[in-house]
Amino acid sequence: MENRVVITGMGIWSCLGTTLDEVRQSLYEGKSGIIFSQERMDAGFRSPFCANVPKADLKPFVNRNFRQFMPEEAQYAYMATKDALEAAKLEQDYIDSHEVGIIYGNDSVAEATMKALDKFRQFGSTAACGSGAIFQSMNSTVTMNLACLFHLKGINLTASAACASGSQSIGLAYLLIKNGLQECVICGGAQEANMYGVASFDGIQSFALRDDNDPTKASRPFDSQRNGLVPGGGAATLVVESYESAVRRGAPILAEIVSWGFSGNGDHISTPNVEGPARSLELCLQNCGINIKEIGYVNAHATSTKIGDSREAQAIARIFGDYRVPVTSTKSQTGHEMWMAGASEIIYSMLMMKNDFIAGNVNFENPDEETACVNVLPETTEAHFDTFLSNSFGFGGTNSTLIVKNL
Amino acid sequence: MKTREEIIEQVNTMLADEFEVEQSEFTPDANLKDTLQLDSINLVDLIALVQMTYKITIPVSDLKQIQTFSDLYDYIEQHQA
Repeated sequence: MENRVVITGMGIWSCLGTTLDEVRQSLYEGKSGIIFSQERMDAGFRSPFCANVPKADLKPFVNRNFRQFMPEEAQYAYMATKDALEAAKLEQDYIDSHEVGIIYGNDSVAEATMKALDKFRQFGSTAACGSGAIFQSMNSTVTMNLACLFHLKGINLTASAACASGSQSIGLAYLLIKNGLQECVICGGAQEANMYGVASFDGIQSFALRDDNDPTKASRPFDSQRNGLVPGGGAATLVVESYESAVRRGAPILAEIVSWGFSGNGDHISTPNVEGPARSLELCLQNCGINIKEIGYVNAHATSTKIGDSREAQAIARIFGDYRVPVTSTKSQTGHEMWMAGASEIIYSMLMMKNDFIAGNVNFENPDEETACVNVLPETTEAHFDTFLSNSFGFGGTNSTLIVKNL
Repeated sequence: MKTREEIIEQVNTMLADEFEVEQSEFTPDANLKDTLQLDSINLVDLIALVQMTYKITIPVSDLKQIQTFSDLYDYIEQHQA
């Protein structure tokens, strides 16, 4: 028997806010979370733009010896997860006596690794790295830390799939719950926001530039003047569980994950194609048998790069045909939250669905020939919809698509 | 060369900041591990701190003789450059 899979709690730490209310308001108002960073310019970056992610203060919640194990993104993930558990009414007593799992997206811990190895080289001693270095520098740092802090006894797994990591983590949790292998899984995505995590990314000239250095105009998915992405960061957590589990616990049931689709491009390492993303969309739609006209909103992966946005636009147009489904990319406000994006964008879309609006794709002034095929909404629109689709694609040609239905 | 009083003041300030324990709990005879809530893993942070501040490498074989705050002051006083 297959289980229905529902979302019962959400929490977020983002450049648009650190509570769901703040983020909803920022989305509605088209607020930009992007800033000009003199620090990055002075350090030798080509692009001066990045998201303004507030630092997290865990001192009131986690003792010093445990904080030593937590790099920046694990701290963001802790704050987001704490809020998500509270929203889901998932208390420690329940967690202690049930099998609750965690699958979280993460694909780098550059700053923590660099700092530990700098100390090793400076002092010529491995002890100089400190006690937390090994736990901070592993890719699975978020899941290893959160599983211990919240005493999780179910699956404990990090999904590393580049910029689709957050989405794949939700997809994997969905699959395990659907098939009865887990009842409740905490899932999400985390992204370090420091400059070291993206210095080499800036080096391959992927980031946005502007003559006027206006940070709020730098991220412009689908617009004809787009010329690169803006790196972002933070963390987003969702509590996902079987419908039966949610009812039994008396948890708030927010929405149902009705399908997951995925594919690989099997092509270039950084240049996406149309076929791979299109197959991810197609598989996702096939798996739930939904009529495409039921989908009221598409949250695009679109990162504001020339080729990426045009390939995704063509994939969406190919699958949706004559139906001009409303499309926006919230990366126009947040920049590219990378390992976090697939999870945060489910939360952004959920906030829109629950509050009857679609956040405008800010900075979308004119399409180019290749993005004109999709219906991009440039301004916030009051709209009621009960089903949305969210795309996430990553380096190496990893694609993930989720469909979520209102309950 | 620092005097013993200077070492005590600097070490206590450093340990209180790093391990987030009130200096009022530090007495010469107090056990370091218990007072600073150190286990076998984060004991490394104490070694790293001494190494980075005083350029003194504490070999594992010497660790056993550093049980109290007083032992640590002694060790630093004897090995400082």
